[in-house]
Amino acid sequence: MTRPLSDDDLRAMMTHMIGARVSSQRAFNLQRQGRAGTNAPIDGSEAIVVGAARALDPTADWVLPQYREPVALQRFGPEVLESYVRYILGDPDGGHIPEPVRVWPPQISLATQVPHAVGMAWGMKRTGETGCALVFLGDGSTSEGDFYEAANFAGVLRAPVIFVVVNNGWAISTPVASQTAAKNFAAKSHAFGFPGTTVDGTDILAVYEVVSEARERAVSGAGPTLIEAVTYRLAPHTTADDPTRYMPDDELVAARGRDPLTRFQKELSGRGLWSDDDTTRAEADADAVMEAAIQAAEADRANPIELFDHVHAIRTTRLERQRREWIDHYGEDPR
Amino acid sequence: MSHVEEIPDDASQEMNMLEAINHTLHQEMRRDERVMVLGEDVGHNGGVFRATDGLHTEFGGDRVVDTPLAEAVIVGTSVGLAAAGQIPVAEIQFLGFAYQAMHQIAGQAARLRFRTRGRFQARITIRSPFGGGVRTPELHSDSILSQFANVPGLKIVAPSSASDAKGMLATAIRDPDPVLFLEPLRGYRMIKDEVPLGEHLVELGKARTVSDGSDVVIIAWSYMVDVAMRAATELANEGISARIVDLRSIVPLDTEAIAQAVEDCGRVVVVQEAPETNGFASEVIATINDTSFYSLEAPVERVSGWDAPYPTGQLEDFYVPDVGRVVAAVRRVVETP
Repeated sequence: MTRPLSDDDLRAMMTHMIGARVSSQRAFNLQRQGRAGTNAPIDGSEAIVVGAARALDPTADWVLPQYREPVALQRFGPEVLESYVRYILGDPDGGHIPEPVRVWPPQISLATQVPHAVGMAWGMKRTGETGCALVFLGDGSTSEGDFYEAANFAGVLRAPVIFVVVNNGWAISTPVASQTAAKNFAAKSHAFGFPGTTVDGTDILAVYEVVSEARERAVSGAGPTLIEAVTYRLAPHTTADDPTRYMPDDELVAARGRDPLTRFQKELSGRGLWSDDDTTRAEADADAVMEAAIQAAEADRANPIELFDHVHAIRTTRLERQRREWIDHYGEDPR
Repeated sequence: MSHVEEIPDDASQEMNMLEAINHTLHQEMRRDERVMVLGEDVGHNGGVFRATDGLHTEFGGDRVVDTPLAEAVIVGTSVGLAAAGQIPVAEIQFLGFAYQAMHQIAGQAARLRFRTRGRFQARITIRSPFGGGVRTPELHSDSILSQFANVPGLKIVAPSSASDAKGMLATAIRDPDPVLFLEPLRGYRMIKDEVPLGEHLVELGKARTVSDGSDVVIIAWSYMVDVAMRAATELANEGISARIVDLRSIVPLDTEAIAQAVEDCGRVVVVQEAPETNGFASEVIATINDTSFYSLEAPVERVSGWDAPYPTGQLEDFYVPDVGRVVAAVRRVVETP
């Protein structure tokens, strides 16, 4: 049932993986330059996010990320990256991914997005929409109650939802062995009553395959699927982290030898679909896109008075009073 | 989409609080097919108090959903359902159980609109009974609304009459923001009054003067309004004229009504079931300080639960504010020269 990938698809996937890493590294540097806040690099997870996105229908399906994934969701539209750049710059509009893009903003509170995904999938099922919700969470997030509660209920509802556990080996400094005694995270699906599968998260074609099958199950009414995609975190947890304190050097070196980008480049080169020049071009293009997004975001900084917007649909009398006090103190636009 | 019932404009019927809530849920579900009811035992069983009785029969298991016993996912899926265009009315069986959903209520539902700059809104009503006096097991009686009142983005209402329960529940369900709709557990069957049968909406954020008086104002909400009314009857026998203001809504707070009552009466007692420290009475008194300090003729008194966890049955009558404590507080306030 998996839709065969065209050469254009394959080249787009490679381009998006490279774009994700370039954007992520630029974001990291922006933080170092004092131009952005804390952010979480994607290095090592590109094949999982790009491969999953390729298996979805951006006009019908929803993606609920944790916080590492937005740089790799180009398939859902340029707005995802543009919003993400604003997000890490501290612009409130960073949380607003415009219609009709079916992507939620980053979620900082771990696994809280999992029940939201189940609720959305349930709502789509109720209204007869043909589509699914795919939610990303990390290996650490599988220890949160929200994951168990939501996955359990999803099984009961046979909701059209796909749980993608990005197992990158580490939850900041906590290794998987401290997270669970289960053989793997996919095994947890047995308790929920729906299938689970473990996939090599450095192999984008394998990820595409399993997510495609899960989507087919979801939209045909067969219910949820749990996918564990295994990779290794090739960068610090966030800009605020120093992994040399806990991550064994030999592990990291070995993982760099299994870099998902290198792996797919070799695969496509072997098929005559990719060259080093393509890599150079893809990197330059991604850098230009990121630069434009940064320029746009930096040129249009939020007026701090926006903190009184969107608290409720209509401001309460009290908030209105506080807003007036704010203006008396700071002025209408203190930028 | 909607089903309009033909009911004479002035028709009404005496109902208790539960009947009014049940009647309203029926009407709102008939009116808008996006409205769903979900929670523990809300379906076949009709709710442990029967608040959702009959809904499953009329609207089916697709719209009236017995959930697993998992408060966080009741609220968490409601957030997703709302984002997908549904209007969930979620029940948390007892407010003390809301601790298990605190992160989804306070951390997620309340700030969904803010963090997405309006792309998504959590149009959710969370119904939950609270308050003591009926010999429940632990954590069934806790009055923790002030913990939610510190959460921007959430509306919190706590009606004290069946008629208000109808008007405010219907308004809450139609409100685009998340509303915590708190029901007085002790008053579920005890509180009875005339409820309009047709369209009846009560604006959220408007207090109600329950009975007029001029010597002192007793400010209360939910079941404590009933206690205040009985206290006022006793006080009347002593020649003390007590006005009673039912806040009805915690957020938004009717600051103007509070200020007006303080200006008129000059002396104030605030009654709450919650522990004294950082209960919502503190906020009411701080509001009086902001708006009407110079109208006060005596320091404001508050009658509260004690700063102890809500106790077991043998102790609870000595924990929840009763008529005697309210009367005593009013006397002290009125006798202040």
